[in-house]
Amino acid sequence: MNATDTSAQPLWERSAVQQIRRVLAAPAVGPLLALLLTMAFFSLKSDRFLQGPNLSLVLQQVMVVGVLAIGQTLVILTAGIDLSVGTVMAFGQIVMTKLAIDSGYSPTTAILLGILACVAFGLFNGGLVAIVRLPAFIVTLGTLNIAFALTHIYSNDLTYPPGESGASSLPSALLFFGRTFTIGHTDITYGVVFMFVLFALAWFALTQTAWGRHVYATGDDPEAARLTGIKTARVLISVYVVAGLMYGLAAWLLVSRTELGDPNAGQTTENLDAITAVVLGGTSLFGGRGTVIGTLIGAIIVGVFRNGLTLIGVEVIYQYLVTGILVILAVSVDQLTHRRRL
Amino acid sequence: MRDPQRKHTFWRTLVLATALLAAVIGTSVLVAAASAKPTSQGATIKVGLITKDATNPFFVKMRAGATKAAKKLGAKLSYAAGKSSSDNASQIAAIENMTTAGVKGILITVADGKAENAAIAKARKAGVVVIALDTPTVPKSATNALFATNNFNAGILIGKYARAATKGKKVTIGMIDEHAGSSVGALRHNGFLKGFGIKKNSKLIACAGNGEGQTAPSQTAMENCLQKSPNINVVYTINEPSALGAWNALKKAGKTKAGTTIVSVDGGCAGVRNVKAGIIDATSQQYPLLMASRGVAAVVKFAKTGKKPSGYTDTGVNLIAKKPLVGVKSKSVRYGLANCWG
Repeated sequence: MNATDTSAQPLWERSAVQQIRRVLAAPAVGPLLALLLTMAFFSLKSDRFLQGPNLSLVLQQVMVVGVLAIGQTLVILTAGIDLSVGTVMAFGQIVMTKLAIDSGYSPTTAILLGILACVAFGLFNGGLVAIVRLPAFIVTLGTLNIAFALTHIYSNDLTYPPGESGASSLPSALLFFGRTFTIGHTDITYGVVFMFVLFALAWFALTQTAWGRHVYATGDDPEAARLTGIKTARVLISVYVVAGLMYGLAAWLLVSRTELGDPNAGQTTENLDAITAVVLGGTSLFGGRGTVIGTLIGAIIVGVFRNGLTLIGVEVIYQYLVTGILVILAVSVDQLTHRRRL
Repeated sequence: MRDPQRKHTFWRTLVLATALLAAVIGTSVLVAAASAKPTSQGATIKVGLITKDATNPFFVKMRAGATKAAKKLGAKLSYAAGKSSSDNASQIAAIENMTTAGVKGILITVADGKAENAAIAKARKAGVVVIALDTPTVPKSATNALFATNNFNAGILIGKYARAATKGKKVTIGMIDEHAGSSVGALRHNGFLKGFGIKKNSKLIACAGNGEGQTAPSQTAMENCLQKSPNINVVYTINEPSALGAWNALKKAGKTKAGTTIVSVDGGCAGVRNVKAGIIDATSQQYPLLMASRGVAAVVKFAKTGKKPSGYTDTGVNLIAKKPLVGVKSKSVRYGLANCWG
């Protein structure tokens, strides 16, 4: 038996070295080390970096993309990709805000309907991918444009609330995730806590439930999964629906952060940032391998870079340069260490 | 799931992970070293400038003016821009990060008049003065002060000119705007209508399109307008890159310089040269260098004396036209070239 294959040995019989090796070989450790080193670097160059309020700020800047990336991780785990991430979220937040203001729905109903709108898109995507067997790239490319158009048509290109009002006139339920509580000198937003809760739930679902196993199996080898009795079509649809739910929740978080509905949201950074977070976190674009914790770390790495570079006085444009290099390196590492895939 | 090549995979992972981390650190060090500035925490006054995008010549000039003014006053300028003229998310993150980095004031040309008010309010609460440049927030009081051209006036001037230039002729008007949430776009558009003497839904307006403030999209918008109404002979454009794009489309459609009246706003050197060439009939010249330098000076004054800037400072506008007309005050192309920017 292979000396490093310790799985058959009881925990207490493995040596310390074997334990350490097991930990290091675990997924998400690489990205975590990268994040810690990056943070160490920035804290050395700027004494404002490692302070509570700044770290809280980074997490706030990351929370929308982070939640979007949960959905994106699920989709990528099934060897698909979701290009409609940003625009579906934008549609969701326009629905939420417009319904709450114009149509006299109660804030809670408006929020639920906004989330439902995103879930509907997820169902649409999932149905086309799973039943009609269209490639995810193409389906979501189409949905991206449909959601974009619907957002602008439905909002008439206006931000909500329209008009000249100064203070936000959105009902407080929509702004819930912007509220903060204080620990020491640091304000922590509910939205950031919610993001962590969602990641914990996603981790649990993916690693501790049968559904999670099925998701990995379907992504790894759909035919083999089908042959073992997994209903792959249902799994795929469920993945896209859950992803849609994430986009709807991210929409709510975005409304809380900006205090209005913006029809121009989700077009530039959100789409690619979500994919970047997933890739940096070590999830394979070929499906079947990856963790949601890695995605969280990936999302935080991008946020840390943008924040850190501004603090040390380097132009923000370099953030894109560094992110690009990191993405290529992360994918290369992933490729070379798991050679049995192409 | 057991990988028989576990031993190989582990070492390969370790080597590659180390390479990845080394690359991260290396890149960051190189980048930071390349733009290393003295990290004197207390002495230098920091000023932030955030523009809509980094490529429009207007913003390039604004940035150059701000950098020069900062250097002269012994302050340090940080710069950030959105990825497009409607990218709010990047600007919001920049406001937050610059605030943490310790800027005394932020000068900003907001992408959307309302979408960033929440972030601006937070920055002001943290003691940072925020000055809007060129385009106002909605409402204006969201920022401490506004340094801008009176964009409504700029529109009136070119509207009046266009009316005088086409007196007695049958007119069909095409309008090339920017995205709907742009406050500067709305002001210039409405100013043009007032100057020309028509109402919003006048039958003389054949079409209005979104040229995104850039040449290529404006050409597309104009082409589509011409498909709908081939007889357009008066074109309002939000800025000079748009005017150039519109002219390209008109030229391709067989129109002549003499037969079309194109008016614009900006007064950049390239634009004024186009006035000289007869492509643009009249343009309202504005002074971004003044906006930038006065903005920087106001922030430095606040840092030194605690006096906050306030109110609206009109940085001036002059109509530049090749052919002076009765009833509309304009300056010569020579004046325009002498005072142009870029």
